[in-house]
Amino acid sequence: MDKTFRIKRFAPEKDNASRWEDFSVELGPHERLLDGLVRIKEFTDGSLTFRRSCAHGMCGSCAMKINGRSRLACQTLADDMPELVIFEPLPAFPVIKDLVVDMEPFFEKIRSVMPYLVNDEPLPGRERPQSPEEMEKILDSIRCILCACCTSSCPVYWGDKQYLGPAALVKAARFVLDSRDRGGKARLDLVSGAHGAARCHSIYNCVEACPRDIDVTRHIAILKRQTLKRGLRGAR
Amino acid sequence: MVHRFDTLVIGSGLAGLSAAIEASLQGTVAVIAKLYPTRCHSSAAQGGIAAALGNEEPDSIEWHVYDTVKGGDYLTDQDAAGTLCEDAIKTVIRLEHLGVPFSRTPQGKIAQRRFGGHTRDFGAAPARRACYSADRTGLAIVNTLYEQCAKQPVAFFPEYHVLDLVIEDGRCLGAVALELRTGEICAFEAGATIIATGGYGRVFKTTSNAMASTGDLLGILYSKGMPLEDMEFFQFHPTGLLGLGILVTEGARGEGGVLVNGNGETFMEKYAPRIKDLAPRDMVSRAIITEIKEGRGIGGNDYVYLDLRNVPRKTLETRLPEIMTFSRIYMGVDPSEKPIPVAPTAHYAMGGIPTDRDGRVLITESGAAVEGLFAAGECACVSVHGANRLGCNSLLDTVVFGRRAGMKAAAQKDKSGPGMPPGAMERARETVSSLLNNKGGVRAGAIKKELQELMMDKCSVFRDDAGLRAAAEKIETIRQKAGNISIDDKGEKFNTELLDAIETIHLVNLGEAIVHSALQRTESRGAHCRQDYPERDDGNWLKHTFIRKKDGEIHFSFKPVSITKFKPEKRQY
Ligand SMILES: Cc1cc2nc3c(=O)[nH]c(=O)nc-3n(C[C@H](O)[C@H](O)[C@H](O)COP(=O)(O)OP(=O)(O)OC[C@H]3O[C@@H](n4cnc5c(N)ncnc54)[C@H](O)[C@@H]3O)c2cc1C
Ligand code: SF4
Ligand code: SF4
Ligand code: FES
Repeated sequence: MDKTFRIKRFAPEKDNASRWEDFSVELGPHERLLDGLVRIKEFTDGSLTFRRSCAHGMCGSCAMKINGRSRLACQTLADDMPELVIFEPLPAFPVIKDLVVDMEPFFEKIRSVMPYLVNDEPLPGRERPQSPEEMEKILDSIRCILCACCTSSCPVYWGDKQYLGPAALVKAARFVLDSRDRGGKARLDLVSGAHGAARCHSIYNCVEACPRDIDVTRHIAILKRQTLKRGLRGAR
Repeated sequence: MVHRFDTLVIGSGLAGLSAAIEASLQGTVAVIAKLYPTRCHSSAAQGGIAAALGNEEPDSIEWHVYDTVKGGDYLTDQDAAGTLCEDAIKTVIRLEHLGVPFSRTPQGKIAQRRFGGHTRDFGAAPARRACYSADRTGLAIVNTLYEQCAKQPVAFFPEYHVLDLVIEDGRCLGAVALELRTGEICAFEAGATIIATGGYGRVFKTTSNAMASTGDLLGILYSKGMPLEDMEFFQFHPTGLLGLGILVTEGARGEGGVLVNGNGETFMEKYAPRIKDLAPRDMVSRAIITEIKEGRGIGGNDYVYLDLRNVPRKTLETRLPEIMTFSRIYMGVDPSEKPIPVAPTAHYAMGGIPTDRDGRVLITESGAAVEGLFAAGECACVSVHGANRLGCNSLLDTVVFGRRAGMKAAAQKDKSGPGMPPGAMERARETVSSLLNNKGGVRAGAIKKELQELMMDKCSVFRDDAGLRAAAEKIETIRQKAGNISIDDKGEKFNTELLDAIETIHLVNLGEAIVHSALQRTESRGAHCRQDYPERDDGNWLKHTFIRKKDGEIHFSFKPVSITKFKPEKRQY
């Protein structure tokens, strides 16, 4: 079927401001929007710039704003979209070129929440035991592919670029909820500041945007609750 | 800009991250990668990582070694397979200690499932050896190792594309890379350089590999006249989603899924009576193509079904959730209600940069190495996979040999190395500017398409002399055309079109190496199946191929296989 791809473009060396350009693309019913972008780049306009790698929703490269929503171009089928498909770079991050944005601010937030297992207890000779029920608590958060669909859709993040944002909070919750982790207090301190979990107004944009269907706000709520619990205990 | 580190790691997949963590214990480390670190293709690995933990049923290291050797159709180097399988247990335990969220048994141990070619008692029956995190084991391990790097002094240079390695007088001095964001050419000087750039499935039209899996560093070494090993052995995974090639893990058959042909019959019992659908991949892919060729594809078409309807819904949801999602999104199929249309997809490169067990890059089949240069992961050929890799042995390979290479590289005496010679960056600048100024008018996309279709048609699951000869000729014309690639984008910043063109040229060179290696090996072994030479020929061919190109001429030499314990036998399952 024929589609019109309307793409917001910006060439840093040529354009003072972004501009729109239309391409018409023929796509089979099972084809992904990413296939269309690749076809334009390979056969029509090689300068069209976007990130991609795995092409099946596992690497997080191809997040962009498509018809008003942050999503993965490789996980959206041509069939499910109207004739006119509008592509813009992910909101809330500085644009580098066309659909490519600067991801450093995003990864910096992820790095700031102690995103690793903390446990200094003596190591057993074999694996540390963890029951399936304990494992189940982190099952949702370990699926994150760091695509930034959530953070780029968060109105609080739009207004406050120091806000940790949903993805970093999910990452923090992944460790807070891991029965093997002992970093609890220090990590909760990191997410309980003025730009931490408390900033979230539970507007749910992030949940809607997540291509992995992660219940983002549930993780933020857990962080809020645990911070609060610790606060109360501390006051006694 | 010139950067200087004790150890330079190229690639941030599981091999690169494992090497970097290890090397960071002994000095400064930089990891450069053309993608953001977690975007590597290791993140797409689904089914698991093999280790004879024996958590679910009895297992032994020796059975694992035997399976690896037999799976590789006896081309596996047995000393290396021994190292792989012995290190497996402590490697997986260490990954758990670092935080990898493995699926668990009711007793809280790492859960294990069945996988193709992994057996107990030397082939008696399938064994539960694959440690997994549902069907997203790669993502779980990549995230954990990347997280660990945040604790170590590892400097990341994301979105730096390596254009050249600097090797002078038998010694590697570092690499030259292009920073995507600025377009600047930078040098990375290092005492030791580790190549961990993954596979090159993009040589073929239908593949499970990422668009970034283009084998750049193999292309660079090959064009320097250095050898590549066993390039004729490329694995086709039996179950790629029809038309897309997206992988459906063998774990799906491990959990009880079966392959069904157009007559509605299961067929693997004809080809592997004992372990049927869990036979090694080369055999299952050949079985599927045979069914299709004999008219028993679904509706006479080029695919068969993977039927998961007999697997309990709960198992599908907890152990194969990603497969459920992929099938729904891309095929519109709910596997608990309908079978999934599948066909073989180009999946894994057994061949690659020849190395020893410490990752040292070899320049001769007798074992001479380039000083200061290492390789690990899918880009390397140790060779633990021989003529056909077993499922779950690759993640294991990346972590085991990534670590070993990291350890050895960081232990180099002359840590900082002698530095780059003048002109090192100049060569890369010239490559870039000649591409940018080329007015030949050929599109890299067109070259890539022609190559990928050719490779799929003439050099995939089944091969023969006539097809390979035709392919070799055609590749030569493709190469000449590739000399006229022009680029629309003249900008310096984030010029991905330029990099696509460079990747395409590497792919053409690798296509050539694969086709010529396949042409000269006149036998069938593992994934290399010659219809005109259907039998394995140990008398003439129990040896590794080294291909190299010097002054436009292709040369072959051979390296004996290390055989310690298991004498070659007929391979039956
Ligand atoms: C879909 C799929 C599922 C799989 N499932 C399993 C499984 O369940 N079990 C198993 O054992 N194996 C599995 N495999 C195989 C296994 O995942 C891979 O062989 C392995 O992950 C390769 O890891 P690597 O570290 O060698 O390379 P990769 O993870 O591919 O990383 C390559 C790195 O090199 C970088 N790079 C490449 N070129 C350049 C350049 N020119 N300049 C700079 N950087 C560069 C990339 O950015 C990337 O960081 C699977 C493979 C696929 C495709
Ligand atoms: S729920 Fe919280 S994190 Fe999610 S979009 Fe709303 S404010 Fe942002
Ligand atoms: S939580 Fe979801 S949307 Fe956010 S980064 Fe992770 S996968 Fe992407
Ligand atoms: S290309 Fe990997 S998520 Fe889209």
